[in-house]
Amino acid sequence: MNVINNKWIGSRTIRPDGADKVTGRASYSADTSMPGMIWGKVLRSPHAHARIVSIDTSRAEAHPGVKAVVTAKDIVEFPLDKSVMLGIQDMRWMSRNVLAREKVLFHGHPVAAVAAMSERIAAEACKLIEVVYEVLPHVIEIEEAIKPDAPILHDFLSFEGKPSNIAGKLEHKLGDVEAGFAKADVVIERHFKTRPVHQGYIEPHSALVSVVDGKAVIWSSSQGQFMVRAMTSLLTGIPQSDIRAIPAEIGGGFGGKTIIYLEPVATILAKKTGRPVKMVMTRDEVMRATGPTSGSMSTVKIGATKDGKIVAAQGTFYLQAGALPGSPIRGAAGCAFAPYDIPNVHSTGFDVVSNRSKVAAYRAPGAPIGAYAAECVLDEVAEALGMDPLELRLKNAARQGTKAAHGPVFPVIGFVDTIEAAIAHPHYKTPLGKLQGRGVASGFWFNAGGESSAQVNITEDGNVAVTTGHPDIGGSRASIANITAELLGIDYKRVSVLIGDTATIGYSNLTGGSRVLFASAMVVTQSTEKVIKTLCERAAKIWKIDPEAVVWEDGEAKPAGENAGKFPALSLVDIAAKASETGGPIGAGVQQNTQGAEGGFATHVCDVEVDPELGIVRVLRYTSFQDVGRAVHPSYVEGQMQGGAAQGIGWALSEEYLYDKNGKVDNASFLDYRMPVCSDLPMLDAVMIEVPNPKHPQGVRGVGEVPLVPPLAAVANAVANALGKRFYSLPMSPPRVLEVLDGA
Amino acid sequence: MTEIRYIAPSSLEEAIGAYAAAAGAARILAGGTDLLVQMRAGVVSPGTIIDIKKIAEATGIEETPEGGFRLGAAVSGAALAEHPRFGQAWPGVLEAVNLIGSTQVQGRASPGGNLCNGSPAGDSVPAMVAAGAVVTLQGPNGRRTMPVEAFPAGPGRTNLAPGEILVSFTLPPRPKGSSDAYLRMIPRTEMDIAVVGVGVNLTLENGTVTAARVGLGAVAPTVLLVEAAAKALIGSKLEEAALEAAAEACRAACKPIDDKRGTIVYRTKVAGVLLKRTVAIAAERAGRN
Repeated sequence: MNVINNKWIGSRTIRPDGADKVTGRASYSADTSMPGMIWGKVLRSPHAHARIVSIDTSRAEAHPGVKAVVTAKDIVEFPLDKSVMLGIQDMRWMSRNVLAREKVLFHGHPVAAVAAMSERIAAEACKLIEVVYEVLPHVIEIEEAIKPDAPILHDFLSFEGKPSNIAGKLEHKLGDVEAGFAKADVVIERHFKTRPVHQGYIEPHSALVSVVDGKAVIWSSSQGQFMVRAMTSLLTGIPQSDIRAIPAEIGGGFGGKTIIYLEPVATILAKKTGRPVKMVMTRDEVMRATGPTSGSMSTVKIGATKDGKIVAAQGTFYLQAGALPGSPIRGAAGCAFAPYDIPNVHSTGFDVVSNRSKVAAYRAPGAPIGAYAAECVLDEVAEALGMDPLELRLKNAARQGTKAAHGPVFPVIGFVDTIEAAIAHPHYKTPLGKLQGRGVASGFWFNAGGESSAQVNITEDGNVAVTTGHPDIGGSRASIANITAELLGIDYKRVSVLIGDTATIGYSNLTGGSRVLFASAMVVTQSTEKVIKTLCERAAKIWKIDPEAVVWEDGEAKPAGENAGKFPALSLVDIAAKASETGGPIGAGVQQNTQGAEGGFATHVCDVEVDPELGIVRVLRYTSFQDVGRAVHPSYVEGQMQGGAAQGIGWALSEEYLYDKNGKVDNASFLDYRMPVCSDLPMLDAVMIEVPNPKHPQGVRGVGEVPLVPPLAAVANAVANALGKRFYSLPMSPPRVLEVLDGA
Repeated sequence: MTEIRYIAPSSLEEAIGAYAAAAGAARILAGGTDLLVQMRAGVVSPGTIIDIKKIAEATGIEETPEGGFRLGAAVSGAALAEHPRFGQAWPGVLEAVNLIGSTQVQGRASPGGNLCNGSPAGDSVPAMVAAGAVVTLQGPNGRRTMPVEAFPAGPGRTNLAPGEILVSFTLPPRPKGSSDAYLRMIPRTEMDIAVVGVGVNLTLENGTVTAARVGLGAVAPTVLLVEAAAKALIGSKLEEAALEAAAEACRAACKPIDDKRGTIVYRTKVAGVLLKRTVAIAAERAGRN
């Protein structure tokens, strides 16, 4: 597939952050300390739902060692009737998530925070804050929250004219589904449930903030230092020019660090006390109060004709938003049927609030939920038609020119290639044993472009320093080094890639949406091309010839045209050495709202074995096939694919939030919130298929999110194949598997 | 912030003296793999920590003159695994002890700590119960022994008298044709807590079971010795009827709770399934001895 003759793009170069991370040298947010630093700690709600009658902080403030206390009245108020958007986040909800205002809306909701000489004193002082609550009835599950008599979380929300926990609705329509179903020979409709799952990053949220002379410096763990700056600015009232947000190395985000929790609180505490304030969440706090992705309740109906043509698809997806509006219904409703060329589609998403922590993004937000329902029904359609499930997908696959229900007409895409590769792969032909089963599923994710900035500088000794504005969570530094080395024709070791802070590089949007390499490669490419143009001009000046008569080849400026061969080539080192005499420092920056990100597609094949006496499902073999556009750094791309599969297997088999009857999370630890461990998984095989994105200089498509879209259904379909019984609810944990097998 | 006193006495007498002097404000540290976690979680905040790892009797592995073993309460799982003969005599006890925590935790975690933690789900406990281990305790009033199954008093509670320290486990001599096994059900493959744990200890003579003990964990407030299950096995040649009777005895003995780790229905059913699987392993091993 790799027809492009590149030296560095597509090579598995040593990651620039690797040695630091394996030796423990890498500096994460919680590793940062400052002289005079004090500690902040959050007081959290003991109730799932209550009105805050009063907060008395006087005893806490009088406690020895306490320096300051904050509550919601210390942050900027965003009135409920006026939306203020920052990206996809509404600051009305963000502010109330950071510190509860009128009500506490989930167990663990921040109510106040204390800064003190030590973490222990801060924790002691939290217990001295006297909060009077009027406890209200709570609601946790969607089916309860949408009942007419459910406790209403927000008076300001109404749906169809009535007070409701339904905060929003999104609909995609294509053709006429009723007419489509009328033409179908097979129609299958099923109901599904999934549980919320946490992103499971190893590094808890952490922030250190210093405010001196009204100017704040923030060191924190996030997926976007500019997001940290903007949100902190909005919540504290400090202008963006007075906030410098410094990105630390990040110990996992997966979407969960695209919003903030601690930064504005620590900023206000630092401002009040005049001392640097550090805050680090415990795992318990992370599990109780930071975003998982939504749990869901879905119905999907698909109709096909005898020859295997899908003629209509309908989906209704209810997603938990947590306590404040904003679940990823766009991902569920938009991606569920997007891989297929279906003439009649009706897809609807409902955003439902309940007394859970507010959801945050998690790789391809919402899309795995939609794909789970759609791909499981598709499997049953294939069964009913007597068709191979991959052949059914191939027959209906979206191709160049297919109109998707969520809007676009697809350009060049590689979905068909992923299905064909799966069919041809030895995995798909390997015989299965007793109690073993094989499942397949496909998936789609939008991907994104957006704002990025880059600066490419030639150092005085003729090497290269590149600065971009995105925290590196998936290999962007290594990939940018590969691209820059390729364009300049030099060894990649001569390129150093750094992540700038908000004061040292131009605005760059979040690391999210599978956008970073797409966007930053674009601005880095343009910057490097400008640099090369300058290098040629400088060579021309040295040779006293026309700049148009100079070419850049293999890392050197060479005279071309009628001057070819007249002068010895000048290397980057040669030109850098004469930079001052020829016009000054050499470098270029580009800032752009990048366009042309195209969707990603994947097809997964999963084999499982079931122990029917214990209800244990083990994954025996797993292979992902993905259109990756161009694998700039193949090891990282494979890592993304493997990571998505691992997270999806956990979602399908073992991960879930458990709540007690008081609406409190009962398993807020990695012991009882069961993410798979290494020994639970086989080697996860990744097959990269490169169908370059024609709108990108290197053909890049986002690769970070679509790997989590197919696994839920792939595993579910494999279990159904092994047992001859279907599960319509995740996770397929041992007690649930036995329940279904024993017919309970 | 209150200070914590740490002492590491080299004799049992010294440890008992310090323990008594602290009057309830002290905690015994063996491997610390439960204690330190509980301290970090704020569940306990001892004024004094008494490390018993410097006491020879608490960390030794001895073969008794009768042909049994005496294990110090603070012997680590890793040290036990390295003993040249222990694993041959008691493979079930060893595999149970080695299931406590990860590889890293095994360097510290001990059977004594596992028992004193008082969890009904402690992995080593059902295997020790099946083995017929006897524990030696020492306190201000001297030494005493009790069968291991009599040690736990309820979740997180033990029958240690005030000031008493668990010193060692004594495992009986092995007649020919004896072996044991331990199996647990966990949703993951490691790094998890038993939803059900079963220890089985068998002696076979020409294929007939002449002695049997069954320990059952995580299905009641304490680890259980299931005598009815043993009775069903003794005298049998492990025919399906005998196995089913023993499985039924295990199911009948279950008094579990519904919690985040498993339901009553699930735990009860799995107790029977694991009994049969554990017996099969123990019998296969016994056949080789």
